[in-house]
Amino acid sequence: MSEQAMRTNAANARATRGKPGFVDGWRDASTEARRHLRIVPRNPELLAFSLFQPIMFVLLFVYVFGGAIEVPGFSDYNQFLIPGIFAQTLVFGSSFTAVGLAEDLSKGLVDRLRSLPIARSAVLIGRTFSDLARNLLTFVVMLVVAFLIGFRFEGSLLGALGGTALMMAFSYSFSWIQAYIGLSVGSVEAANAASFTWMFPVTFLSSAFVDPASMPSWLQPIANHNPFTRLANASRALYNGMDPAPHLAWAIFWTVLITIVFATLSIRRFSRST
Amino acid sequence: MHAVEARGLAKHYGDVKALNGLDVSVERGTVLGLLGPNGAGKTTAVRILTTLLAPDAGTATIDGVDVIAQPEIVRTRIGLTGQSAAVEERMTGRENLEMIGSFFHFDRTQRKSRAAELLERFDLVDAGDRIANTYSGGMRRRLDIAMSLVARPAVLFLDEPTTGLDPRSRIGMWSVIEELSDDGTTVVLTTQYLEEADQLADNVVVIDSGVKIAEGSVDELKDQIGGDRIRVTIARAENIEVARTALASLATGAIEVEGPTATTLTAPIRAGGGVVPQAIRALDDAGADVVDVEVRRPTLDDVFLALTGHRAETEESASDAEVTA
Repeated sequence: MSEQAMRTNAANARATRGKPGFVDGWRDASTEARRHLRIVPRNPELLAFSLFQPIMFVLLFVYVFGGAIEVPGFSDYNQFLIPGIFAQTLVFGSSFTAVGLAEDLSKGLVDRLRSLPIARSAVLIGRTFSDLARNLLTFVVMLVVAFLIGFRFEGSLLGALGGTALMMAFSYSFSWIQAYIGLSVGSVEAANAASFTWMFPVTFLSSAFVDPASMPSWLQPIANHNPFTRLANASRALYNGMDPAPHLAWAIFWTVLITIVFATLSIRRFSRST
Repeated sequence: MHAVEARGLAKHYGDVKALNGLDVSVERGTVLGLLGPNGAGKTTAVRILTTLLAPDAGTATIDGVDVIAQPEIVRTRIGLTGQSAAVEERMTGRENLEMIGSFFHFDRTQRKSRAAELLERFDLVDAGDRIANTYSGGMRRRLDIAMSLVARPAVLFLDEPTTGLDPRSRIGMWSVIEELSDDGTTVVLTTQYLEEADQLADNVVVIDSGVKIAEGSVDELKDQIGGDRIRVTIARAENIEVARTALASLATGAIEVEGPTATTLTAPIRAGGGVVPQAIRALDDAGADVVDVEVRRPTLDDVFLALTGHRAETEESASDAEVTA
């Protein structure tokens, strides 16, 4: 063995092992996640998006619509509205998965990562997990603001935790849709538009802000079957101490289905060597 | 065993043959220059050799390991510096290097010492704790190469390492690559500039439209295409044939007439050995009325004209967009 090769192997713990295994994969995913989390405080745009926009959303919706809308079954519209705002804002947060991936692609960072001896899935898992962590921060900020303007959990602690976990998991599944978009569109600008636009109809044609019964009759079936409606209904029920069935099961179903389908598509697209 | 050994590499995108049967081998500790115009297939070749792209046909090994059968192991033996400086712009130089160390499962001490070593070596010690988006183009490129060297790869691939750099940074990058080669690192670099290959490469493979059209040292290539170029401008177009006849005995290839008024001749001549004074004397004796003489080293364009009969610049084809996309 040449001196060069010996030095190579001595310094390189991975040199002779084959395919990265499960443990290696998680270690690589956490290295990748740490990269994204480390740069959050250094990225003013991302920070504003993660912290100030949620505050603005909560305050705008509550003070603009709060007095004007009445929903059957809720004496206080804010108790109806605020879980919807939480859900929408967290789902919007997934768009940064698309934009960040498109940015890494255009800068050549994705090629660098693909030329390293790490599991291909680690890069995407690391990114989606870091976005989940960032979303958790967004949630805490929103919750504080909501409490300050009078929102309360009316149900059990378990209900509050469950509703929150459901929203986090659902928005995580959307991160995989966004990963697929980020890998497909080809530029950061396109990712910006493609990641955001479709989420407006998805979140507004739902029960997040109003009772779908108040919508035109042709729109009602769409709103009622929208996966986002299931999420909004289930977490709202859990937050307010009401029965979340049957929406809870539907929301979990959609979360799992979207994650499986889009994680498979995204990882396949990322690994594709053409 | 060669550091790089590729046989018959082919990659087609529809009708576009980005690579059409390329053979390359690189001896350990040498620098290979892959030389060719835009769209020739250089980047496609590098992407196949670095496991980013699967070839439609052909075989390749890096350090004896098959790139198609065992890409995971190949990735432990290579470093890749692509065309855009692939650094995390919001992390410091040191953080970028330590991140790569983490991906190679270095422990904390190894990570820190390797990062410090590379910052030192690439003249980035002062900038090491600054965020990379404050770096100049040249510094970013140096960090980029340093990141490729964290795990001491057996082969370093540099895809157009000086494209987009200002002349001063380009010279700096050349000396970085020269040092790497002096240390015994095997390097494969792509370039569009004969001058750059001349400066850095032990051997050159010239690619055109996905195939190898010439191979050898830069000097061998230059001899093959007939040494230097002399360019003579005369005062009046009616003397052009007189001038052509005067140069004919010294030219080693076809003499071209160009310029808006057809008063400029370009001829390939042997390098050195008093050919230029002889040419001027011959032109003077013939009464060609010379107004300007220029001697230059051959360029990639000249190599292409001599080897393929067409100029490199006309090779800008649709395939370029395909290949680098």
